[in-house]
Amino acid sequence: MATTRQKAAAGGKARLVVFWAYVLIPLTWGVVNTLLQAMKLFS
Amino acid sequence: MSSMTEPSVETGSAPFFSKEATIARPHFSRWMVPPAALAVHLCIGQAYAFSVFNGPLTKLIGITQPAADDWSLTSLGWIFSLAIVFLGLSAAFAGKWLEHVGPRRTMFTAACCFGGGFIVSAVGVWLHEIALLYLGYGVIGGIGLGLGYVSPVSTLIRWFPDRRGMATGMAIMGFGGGAMIAAPLSVALMNHFKSATSVGVAETFLVLGIAYFISMSIGALAIRVPPKDWKPAGWTPPSTSNKMITRNHVHIDEALKTPQFYLIWLVLFLNVTAGIGILGQASVMIQESFKDTVSAAAAAGFVGLLSLFNMGGRFVWASASDWVGRKNTYFIFFVLGAVLYYLVPGFAASGHIAFFVLAYCVILSMYGGGFATVPAYLADMFGTAFVGGIHGRLLTAWAAAGVAGPVLVNYIRAYEVAHGVARADAYTMTVHIMAVLLVVGFICNLLVKRVDAKHHMTDAQLSAGR
Repeated sequence: MATTRQKAAAGGKARLVVFWAYVLIPLTWGVVNTLLQAMKLFS
Repeated sequence: MSSMTEPSVETGSAPFFSKEATIARPHFSRWMVPPAALAVHLCIGQAYAFSVFNGPLTKLIGITQPAADDWSLTSLGWIFSLAIVFLGLSAAFAGKWLEHVGPRRTMFTAACCFGGGFIVSAVGVWLHEIALLYLGYGVIGGIGLGLGYVSPVSTLIRWFPDRRGMATGMAIMGFGGGAMIAAPLSVALMNHFKSATSVGVAETFLVLGIAYFISMSIGALAIRVPPKDWKPAGWTPPSTSNKMITRNHVHIDEALKTPQFYLIWLVLFLNVTAGIGILGQASVMIQESFKDTVSAAAAAGFVGLLSLFNMGGRFVWASASDWVGRKNTYFIFFVLGAVLYYLVPGFAASGHIAFFVLAYCVILSMYGGGFATVPAYLADMFGTAFVGGIHGRLLTAWAAAGVAGPVLVNYIRAYEVAHGVARADAYTMTVHIMAVLLVVGFICNLLVKRVDAKHHMTDAQLSAGR
């Protein structure tokens, strides 16, 4: 049975993952868009 | 991952937006702070993509083409210029205030200003009153840019004393990446809202204003400051044998009395000047240097590639500075930059497009790296207690370079062309002048020594926050 501290740690890790995803998903979308545009230089 | 190892002070009774209320509780992971900073920087990085609105803003009345009463590109150009000026002014003059009230209130104020600036601008578009765009995006939004730029960076420096460069690189990389999100998003929104009677800019401003306000507010709510004397678990401060990293602190006003502040100001100014002018002219430059070889679409690809290196350089170079040292990192920027600028005309003349592109990619990575490394450089020299305010004042170098860089590139090229130099060769003089600027930057960086102990704050001054 998980202790209160273990539950808190798991919750903290989940928050961390969600918060990083919140910023990295739009950033990745922007980078991929720019990369596709940059590929025109080599085509 | 390092988490809190020491108990925090009791914050239960502190007002929500006060500095005390943002002091982290035990077991708070410091890795929550970079995304909070990125949430703000990814929004304010939109500033670099403002030009996507220029075309539609010149057709608000004519819709399909500019009408007689539509705004000119010249008058619209002032919106972005005002925003950059007020970025510099707010960062410089709000330094003491932001150190006093802490990052949550500062970042929330930035969210209100930046989001609010868009909404005022939307009203300006509806009423066709350009003064409201100057006031909205230019003045109010510009203040949001300045506050939003500085505050998360100084907070990150305090959470990552062991990896200051990497931490500031992460946030400032967001500023470079923000335009990559904003440009396609803005175009998609304008396409969604446009109709037979509207180009869709006002609606897009309104949506972006609300979205940026929410996103930046989330960053403001999530931000935390470490308790006094906190340090990462298992980390010991660098020994005093490293003369270029101080363990003392210098007050904002005192920093202005040191030669180090002005030398680092010049280091940033010269590094930015050498890159910013090229960034603005990249598309025209590659097409003129490789006439009949590079199409407009390929040139746009070149600009995109430069943007990626500009963004990536912010994280990579700033992180590398944790290992090689800030001063050495700038030495690399100035030496490598000067050599590449010297070689670039030869690459163009001999038709070596791959070397030409690679050289500019490296140069632009160092341009971005200069922005991201300088907060850590300041923290090393002046300590972390007032680094946000000092960084804010140093950003006037950015504003100055924003004028000097494009003026140098554009006017020298125009002068060369007017005097009969072929367009393909017109950049030779410009890039050689850039190389000389970088040599001057090298000398300024060489002159940076540790701050004299007479400028350090005493323990009593630190406790009082003077």
